Amino acid sequence: MAKILMKGNEAIGAAAIKAGCKYFFGYPITPQNELPEYMARELPKVGGVFLQAESEVAAINMVYGAAGAGARVMTSSSSPGIALKQEGISYIAGAELPCVIVNIVRGGPGLGGIQPAQSDYYQSTRGGGNGDYRTVVYAPATLQETVDLVMEAFDVADQYRIPVMVVGDGMIGQMMEPVEFKEPKKRDLPAKDWATDGTKGQRKPNIINSLFIDPKELEDHVWRLEEKYKVIKENEVRYETYNLEDADVVVVAYGTTSRVVKNAIAKCEAEGLKVGLIRPITLWPFPDEAFEKISDKTKGILTVEMSTGQMVDDVKIAINGRKPVYFYGRTGGMVPEPDAIVAEIKKIAGGER
Amino acid sequence: MAKVFEKTKGLTDKPFHYCPGCTHGIIHRLVAEVLEELGVLGKAIGVAPVGCSVFAYDYFNCDMHEAAHGRAPAVATGIKRVHPDSVVFTYQGDGDLASIGTAEIIHAAHRGEKITTIFVNNAIYGMTGGQMAPTTLVGQKATTAPYGRDENHAGRPLKVSEMLATIHGAKFVERVSVHNPANIRKAKKAIKKAFEVQLAGEGFAIVEVLSTCPTNWGLTPTEALKWLEENMLPYYPLGNFRTPEEVK
Ligand SMILES: Cc1ncc(C[n+]2csc(CCOP(=O)(O)OP(=O)(O)O)c2C)c(N)n1
Ligand code: SF4
Repeated sequence: MAKILMKGNEAIGAAAIKAGCKYFFGYPITPQNELPEYMARELPKVGGVFLQAESEVAAINMVYGAAGAGARVMTSSSSPGIALKQEGISYIAGAELPCVIVNIVRGGPGLGGIQPAQSDYYQSTRGGGNGDYRTVVYAPATLQETVDLVMEAFDVADQYRIPVMVVGDGMIGQMMEPVEFKEPKKRDLPAKDWATDGTKGQRKPNIINSLFIDPKELEDHVWRLEEKYKVIKENEVRYETYNLEDADVVVVAYGTTSRVVKNAIAKCEAEGLKVGLIRPITLWPFPDEAFEKISDKTKGILTVEMSTGQMVDDVKIAINGRKPVYFYGRTGGMVPEPDAIVAEIKKIAGGER
Repeated sequence: MAKVFEKTKGLTDKPFHYCPGCTHGIIHRLVAEVLEELGVLGKAIGVAPVGCSVFAYDYFNCDMHEAAHGRAPAVATGIKRVHPDSVVFTYQGDGDLASIGTAEIIHAAHRGEKITTIFVNNAIYGMTGGQMAPTTLVGQKATTAPYGRDENHAGRPLKVSEMLATIHGAKFVERVSVHNPANIRKAKKAIKKAFEVQLAGEGFAIVEVLSTCPTNWGLTPTEALKWLEENMLPYYPLGNFRTPEEVK
C-alpha cells in the first residue's frame, strides 16, 4: 500500500479502525481532539459506534462495558483526562479485559498547558489507578511507528486480556508524516468466551468482575496477574539501540525526544565523539535487558526527557549502579534543543559531571 | 401434587447475603421473575453496582458485569452499544446512583440509552455502615449526620425520579415501594413495564424502589417497613412520572 500523509491523531484513528476497532468512547481535550473527531466521522461508515461521553470517567467505563461485552474498543485523552480514567483502567486491568487507551500527553500538573510533554511517565507506567496492576505502554517516536503500534496494541490487548496504552506526546498527535498501514505479525488470539454477550440459554452466565472479598482469593488473583505480567515482560519488550558497544556516553530517550537526541548524537559524531542510544519503545515492560549491552568503557548515561525526570528512575533500576546516570530535561511544553543535549553529553565525556 | 409455587429461573441458587428483613432480596426476585416472564434471560446482561447489592452478579441467572461505584449506567451504555439486541439493566443503590453516579445516570437518561435501571432507595448508605445518602430524610439520623440531617447543612433529600422525569430521553420513570404485598405487586408491574420500554426500543427506563435498611436504620424488620411507610412515602410519593404511550 502507498504511503499517505496524515496528521498523527487521525493516523491513530485510521490504524485503530484498520485493526478492527468498532467502538470509541471519548471526551474532548486538547491536543487529541482530531482523534475522536475522526472516529465520529469514520466509525459509522464501518458499522461501528462513536459516542461522546459526558466525562472521561464515563468514557472509560463505557470502554469497560464494551470490552466486557467482547468488542474491540478504544478511548483517547490527554493528561488530565487520563488522570480521570485511572479508576476505570484499574477496574479493566482487574477484570482482565482488553482495550486500547491513547494518551496524547500535554504538560502538567493540574490544567498545565497544551504543549507536548512526557510528564505522564509515572502515571502511565506505575498503574495510576489503585492496586497491583500493569498496562502495556507503547511510546512511539514516529507516525509510522505509531500506526504500527496502535494496530498491534489491539492484538496484544486481546492476547493477554490487558489494557494497552499508547503514549504519544502532543507532537505525535499534531504533526504530519507519511504512513503506511501494515498488518501486524499474526498472533494466536484466544476466543472471547468470557464475554457478557448474553447466555442465549446455551451456557452458564458469564461474570465480569474484579471484586474478591476473600483476601486469599484476591491474593491468588493478584499473583496470577503478576505471572501474566512476567510473561508479557519476556515476550513484549521493545526498544531500539544504537552504537552501545563503543559509546563513551549512552543517551536514553523515548518518543519525540529521542528524535532530538538522534540529532544531538549526529552532531557529536561529527566532532568525533562516540555516543550510543537506548530508545525504549515499551515504557512498560521497560527494556532492562538493553542496559546489559552497555560496554565497560562507557563513562555515563544521560537520560533526556520532557519532564523533570521520571523515566530516569527506571534507567537507574536497569543499570543497577553499574554506571553513573545523569539527567537533562525540559518541561511545561518546552522541547529540549539538540545543542543543549550535546553540551550535556560533552560534560559527561569530559569527566565534568 | 400440583405445584403452586416455583422459584424463578431468573435467580441462581446462591443464598442472598442480605440482612434479615432487608428488601433488596424482594427486589431481586421481582427483577428476576420479570426477566423470566419476558423470556429474556438468555439475552439479559445485568450491571451490578457498588453497595449492599454488589454481589448481584452472583444472584441473577444471566450474564453480569460488575461496575465501579456509580458507573453502572456508563458500563451498561458500553454493553448496550455493542449488543443493541440484548436486554441491559443496572441495579443501583441510592448512594451509587444519586451521589457518586449522578452524572452517569443523568446522561444515560439524557441520551435515551435503551437500558433499564432498578434504583433501590433506602435513604442511607447500607454497605459502608449507615452514612448519610443524598436521599436521607431531613431529621433522619445517619452515622455522618449524627444529629439528624439538617437541611441548611446538607440540603434536602434528592428526588431522583422527579428530576429524571424532566429529561426527554427518560421514557419511563416510576416510583414504587415494597413495604407490603399490594405494593410489591405494583412494583413488579412497574419493573415489567420498564423492561418492556427497553424491548420496544423507546429509551431509558427507571424504577425507583423504596426499600428498607433495618440494620442501619436501627429498627426491626417490621418496624422498618412501618418507618418506610410513615416517613418515606410522604416525601417520596409513589406513582408514575413518565410513560411512553405504547406501554401505558
Ligand atoms: C470510589 C468509591 N467510593 C466509595 C466506595 C465505598 N462504598 C461502598 S458501598 C457505598 C455506599 C453504597 O450505598 P448505596 O448505593 O445507597 O447502596 P446500599 O449499600 O444502601 O444498598 C460506598 C460509599 C467505593 N467502593 N468506591
Ligand atoms: S445493610 Fe441495610 S441495605 Fe445492606 S443488606 Fe443490610 S439491611 Fe440491606
